[in-house]
Amino acid sequence: MSTLILLLVTGVGLGGLYFLVASGLSLIYGLMGVLNFAHGSFLTLGAFAGLAAAGAVGAGTWGGLLLGLLVGALTGAAAAALTELGLIRPLYNRHIEQVLVTVGLSLATVALFEGIWGPNPRNITGNAWLSDTTELLGARIPNTAFLNILAAALVLGGIVAFLRYTRYGLIIRAGVENRSMVTALGIDVRKAFTLVFAVGGAAAGLGGVLAAQSLNYVSPHMGASLLIFAFIVTVIGGMGSLTGAAVASVVVAVLQQLANSYLNNSGDLIVVLLLALVLLVRPSGLMGRTA
Amino acid sequence: MNAADGARTGARTRRAAIPAGGLALVLLLGCLPLLALTVPGVLPGYTYEPGTLQLLALCWLTASLALSYHLLFGLAGLMSFGHALYFAAGIYGLAIVLDRTDVPLLPAAALVLVGGIVLALCVGAISLRVTGISFAMVTLAFAQAGNVLARRDQFGVTGGEEGLALDTDGVPAGLIGVLNTRNLYWVALAVLVVTYLVVLWVERSRAGHTAAAVRENEVRVRIIGGRPYAVKLVVFVLAATLATLTGMAYLLLQSGASPATSSAEFTLALLVMVVLGGVGSRWGAVVGAVVYTLLDQRLTALASSEAVAGLPAVLRVPLSEPMFLLGTCFILVVLFLPGGLAGAAQRLAARRRGAAPPGGAPGVAEPVEERVTA
Amino acid sequence: MSEHSPRLDRPQEAGPVLSVRGLSARIAGQQVVHDVSFDVAATGVTALLGRNGVGKTSTLKAVMGLIERSGEVVLDGARVDAERTERIVCRGVGYVPEDREVFAGLTVAENLRLAERVGDHGTSPARKRLVADLFPDLTQRAQQRAGTLSGGQQQMVSLARALLNENRILLVDEPTKGLAPRIVSEVADALAAAARTVPILLVEQNLQVIDRLADRVVVIDAGRVVHTGPARELLDDQAMIQRFLGVHAENEPAHGEPVPGAAAHGKGAHDQVREAATIAEGGE
Repeated sequence: MSTLILLLVTGVGLGGLYFLVASGLSLIYGLMGVLNFAHGSFLTLGAFAGLAAAGAVGAGTWGGLLLGLLVGALTGAAAAALTELGLIRPLYNRHIEQVLVTVGLSLATVALFEGIWGPNPRNITGNAWLSDTTELLGARIPNTAFLNILAAALVLGGIVAFLRYTRYGLIIRAGVENRSMVTALGIDVRKAFTLVFAVGGAAAGLGGVLAAQSLNYVSPHMGASLLIFAFIVTVIGGMGSLTGAAVASVVVAVLQQLANSYLNNSGDLIVVLLLALVLLVRPSGLMGRTA
Repeated sequence: MNAADGARTGARTRRAAIPAGGLALVLLLGCLPLLALTVPGVLPGYTYEPGTLQLLALCWLTASLALSYHLLFGLAGLMSFGHALYFAAGIYGLAIVLDRTDVPLLPAAALVLVGGIVLALCVGAISLRVTGISFAMVTLAFAQAGNVLARRDQFGVTGGEEGLALDTDGVPAGLIGVLNTRNLYWVALAVLVVTYLVVLWVERSRAGHTAAAVRENEVRVRIIGGRPYAVKLVVFVLAATLATLTGMAYLLLQSGASPATSSAEFTLALLVMVVLGGVGSRWGAVVGAVVYTLLDQRLTALASSEAVAGLPAVLRVPLSEPMFLLGTCFILVVLFLPGGLAGAAQRLAARRRGAAPPGGAPGVAEPVEERVTA
Repeated sequence: MSEHSPRLDRPQEAGPVLSVRGLSARIAGQQVVHDVSFDVAATGVTALLGRNGVGKTSTLKAVMGLIERSGEVVLDGARVDAERTERIVCRGVGYVPEDREVFAGLTVAENLRLAERVGDHGTSPARKRLVADLFPDLTQRAQQRAGTLSGGQQQMVSLARALLNENRILLVDEPTKGLAPRIVSEVADALAAAARTVPILLVEQNLQVIDRLADRVVVIDAGRVVHTGPARELLDDQAMIQRFLGVHAENEPAHGEPVPGAAAHGKGAHDQVREAATIAEGGE
């Protein structure tokens, strides 16, 4: 029983990390039709920058953690906004080329990160409380799981509120539905593009710092490995659907944890099988619009 | 003879000239191991030396793989991020069959080829239920599953992160060892030629024309009674089969399987090659692959050179990462060189002939020029 | 509506508000508009007519910059063909697209809010009141999702969005398509009211609506202009109607929907196939 609870809670925590990456992917795809391969690099960059900032204040302190999260999010947002302005915008509406540019960027940046920080993972000094566990219904659950869940819930709530109550949110929701009609109402939708990139990048950067806390290391490849699962989550949830991404994040991560524990470490394969199953039954994903 | 006639005759002459030129090129490449040629800065030594032959053979196999990817992406417009899966299936499949059984090379290869086809049929049938970006992601996920299988080695056959060495018991002696590199070179060249001919045949076939039409407008094909799904599946399986074939030759050349060949990065590298060469162009794919392989090789050499080690960090770090330079090149090509190397060559040729570039005003000079050639 | 508009005080302008010269457009590489030239007068309704799939909708989209285009588009004497869609809209071109294109997941209020402009030349409160008066139904349904509205109501949303801003011209694409006869006349009423303050370029299949609203017609066939002139002249000439539109006006049943028009109307699956096939054949 306690094992099951442990797996469920850590699964939801991992789902939180997936969501932080997948939410941006899904928003960007929904609005712009671009699959952003460089999203993992925003995460990695956010993680390294956030941890450097945390280290400056004092790694392992609460202040350091908070500053790290903030700097990670800001770095991710800045990197993403620059990517949109410099590489995506010049290729306006040429989706294949836009995807190719993000592919090139991901290859180049991962190599650059390796060059700067070395190819191997670096251990980090975690916050004392985060390295500890809390007992819940007999299960000793790593505190990072709670932090991940909290952060993902806050980001989900924040994005939902932003989409619902601001003018840009309105533009983004309308743009996801019908981008060309938004321009036909006299709105420059490109500002919204930069904005979703920045929001997605911020969530990814935040996810980077959190992932580093959970894994206890940073590595130039951490973004790429999370990105694959975020892709799967995005497809299962339905491309462009934020709620779909949230639900699929949790389903995928919990399933993965359970399979890793009970089915001979086969979590990754089970997830791909789930993807195949979803595609056979519902090609547009759980909450995707039926085209 | 009017201009249109001239153009037609010109085209016919050219069509006849290409097989002749291609044959001559293949013969020349086939003779390289017997010659003492070198290109300083590009090749590591003379063409009869095993090291150079190894690199050139790698070029031909990469070109063959890029051609198979061109079939998917360039012809049918299917942006797969999981093409490495079938390449790895060829490598690992053959390595495992040779390792675990006493089946000799050729029957083993036939077995693996069939296995690759079955795998491609299953994955293709599922992935092609979605289109566009979703298709890309789904193929990526399947390839990732293959990558996980190879790296984790849950069934104890793939050798995990270490990979698998080639078990040479079933392999003819002529294909083993550094001294026989020239034989492997010829095998690699033969694989490239076979792939090229198959791709050419597919492109000229009915299915190839339909696939190209599906790429432009799937709805239209459905309206005029075509079956886009079936055509895409055929192209998908053919491309995968060619990748499997290439993978088997790759195993012999590298005498081992490594999990890196099944990774997403590997497929992305294929995409880079095809785009670098020029999407939609057969020769572009070949040239892109060769340029990529040579660049990768030379940039790695540059990275570890004295000259780079002496530079300040701002220059040293980027220059010592070949993938950074290749990725950056790739971005620049996408941004500023639409049509890749093939497109650039075409524009250059058009400019030299004094004709209007494609897409410009209807050129008057072009047919006249054609008449002269005819 | 007209009382509120400063546009009415303006003297009748002589020149056209919109001139299109040599406009060509492509969709997915296929040319769908071939060298089209016409003018839209500064007052009244100019109807753009033609059979299904001849490029009427594409012509409007090309003017709006929604599809790849070449040629001249002159608005109030200024070239706008190099500008992006949103810039053209902000210069005073209101667009009511085919199939209404309301944002189905957004509420009626949100649909309208999206159309409101912010800043110096933003939507005035007077203008919002005016639209609210013109479409009282929409005020009642403000919190309803636009996707759950009837076709007629959606058309009102789409019209209201265009009327929220003071425009130099409205481009209205098949506003009565697929609507019941009673709703058709309501839409026509709204358009007639709008036409008193702003010139309209109207794409329409329903000849009765054209009869009621249009002052002038421009007929295109195979993406080219084949006839321009007063609306009356065309409507009174059965041979011309048959030749240009493939419609027998005398066959119209008394209650309103012309029978062949109805087939051409509310583009069914069959028509879409025909249209796609038309595109496939190179827009002919």
